[in-house]
Amino acid sequence: MNYALEINDLTVAYHEKPVLWDIDLSVPQGVLMGIVGPNGAGKSTLIKAALNLIPRAAGEVQFFGNTLAQSKHLVGYVPQRGSVDWDFPSNVLDVVLMGTYGKLGWFKRPAKAERDRAMHALEQVSLQDFAHRQISQLSGGQQQRAFLARALVQEAQLYFMDEPFAAVDAVTERAIVTILQTLRENGKTVIVVHHDLQTVREYFDWVTVLNVKIIASGRAEEAFTPENLMKAYGGRITQFEGYKTSIIGAD
Amino acid sequence: MSARLTVWGVIAVISLMSVLFVPFSAMAWGVNYDYTLRIVALGGVLLGVISGVMGTFAVLRQQSLMGDALSHAALPGVAVAFLLFGRELGVLLIGAGIASWLAILFINALTSTTRIKQDTAMAIALASWFALGMALLTFIQGSGNASQAGLDKFIFGQAAAIVERDVQLILIVGGVCFGVIALLWKELKLLVFDRDFAQANGFPSRTLDLLLSTMIVVAVVLGLQLAGVILMVGLLIAPPIAARQWTQRLSQMVVLSGVFGGFSGGVGAIISAIDVNLPTGPFIIIVAFSLVVFSLLFAPQRGLVWSWRHQSSQQTTLQED
Repeated sequence: MNYALEINDLTVAYHEKPVLWDIDLSVPQGVLMGIVGPNGAGKSTLIKAALNLIPRAAGEVQFFGNTLAQSKHLVGYVPQRGSVDWDFPSNVLDVVLMGTYGKLGWFKRPAKAERDRAMHALEQVSLQDFAHRQISQLSGGQQQRAFLARALVQEAQLYFMDEPFAAVDAVTERAIVTILQTLRENGKTVIVVHHDLQTVREYFDWVTVLNVKIIASGRAEEAFTPENLMKAYGGRITQFEGYKTSIIGAD
Repeated sequence: MSARLTVWGVIAVISLMSVLFVPFSAMAWGVNYDYTLRIVALGGVLLGVISGVMGTFAVLRQQSLMGDALSHAALPGVAVAFLLFGRELGVLLIGAGIASWLAILFINALTSTTRIKQDTAMAIALASWFALGMALLTFIQGSGNASQAGLDKFIFGQAAAIVERDVQLILIVGGVCFGVIALLWKELKLLVFDRDFAQANGFPSRTLDLLLSTMIVVAVVLGLQLAGVILMVGLLIAPPIAARQWTQRLSQMVVLSGVFGGFSGGVGAIISAIDVNLPTGPFIIIVAFSLVVFSLLFAPQRGLVWSWRHQSSQQTTLQED
């Protein structure tokens, strides 16, 4: 089987305290995977360590059997919306165009072809009327959709998305889910850090349950079980209760 | 399109003010535009432009305080370079650059190996480097070295010290910085907005960070003799803050910030040339922050006056409904 992402023996530490411990993870191509786990479980850290954005204490990561440097044009990334300053002097189209920079390489500037692709991506997230709007004037959901459009113009095979559903309106959430499912139907692999246990079974066909270590990873029905969640969340019953009701509803 | 008009309008107003300032200063204060003063004014304008352009990146990276730490930290470098090699401007500036650069290394080492936060680390570096610099200056003054006269000008700046050779140096270094910015425009823009996304797209964020920081250090060190170590941060951050109010595009912000910086640097340099005892830094900063206040009040969209009028017009609409 060909893996989109393979992680071996990955450990990440912060001030000598392990944030991720001995992670082994294989993600097959063409799945829509959710990473769930309690706060501080290292979900975002896992994505950032895989993408070499933070230093690893140990471990190696392969993308489609190659290093990140060899396959960087196959990998798309949607950081957390709160990680940038939205008062940056720029409009929506400019931000989406940043998704073309990787393929353009050094020194070359985006031209009409890139602008057309960016406009097309904006249409996919229903932001075409906002292309020339200042990014500081966007709502949270619109910011998230702009980030998603920027990732779409990367035209990647594997996407990492860090909490794309965090504090967005229902319309945006539906729009994002539709796009994620379209990506999967087109054979792309999508890895999403997710917070809301109630929607896991509905959105994802592959799940990784994480709490510093990998608790479980696999098909949603095999990995996303009450036992695994109990192991990950421990005594935090409130979140767990929400999950139980959703499981009953799903079954 | 109207946004572009606004920016051109502001540039036209600043140009007009510059043109009017020359005869005004000649009549009101008896400023004599001889060759020496023209060089001083040109140096002030060029240093202001460089600071304004590089300051835009410092402000957008939220590193204004870093600029302050950098400039204060330069003082012991000036003193040590003087003790070792004597009073040669190029050497003094290299000393300043090395001291600032050591301060950055110290701040980075402190934040990565201990739990001290960055603002605290910068405050430690700023205070201790500056204290060391002042102590060394006192020592130099006590040593009775005749040529030390003028070293304390680095504290508040002295534009009158700028000579033709300095202007050549400023032109070359500034030209290189602007060339790098033009060449790496899209990379630097991406880095400043979203460094993780830049890294994930194959642009080495740490290297680009270092390049940008180096250019900011160069701007700070070059500007020291104009604005002085204490007020240099003002020349670095005031022009971009003023420029940000008038535009929503990075390219326009960089240009406008350069224009504001050049105007402040030139006017400050000319005023301080009236009397040999007037320090340049305070005048530059007064001009620069007048531009900030004016921009915060009157810029369209973001200005306070605009938003008050906007609010009250909305209220009247509501009442009419």
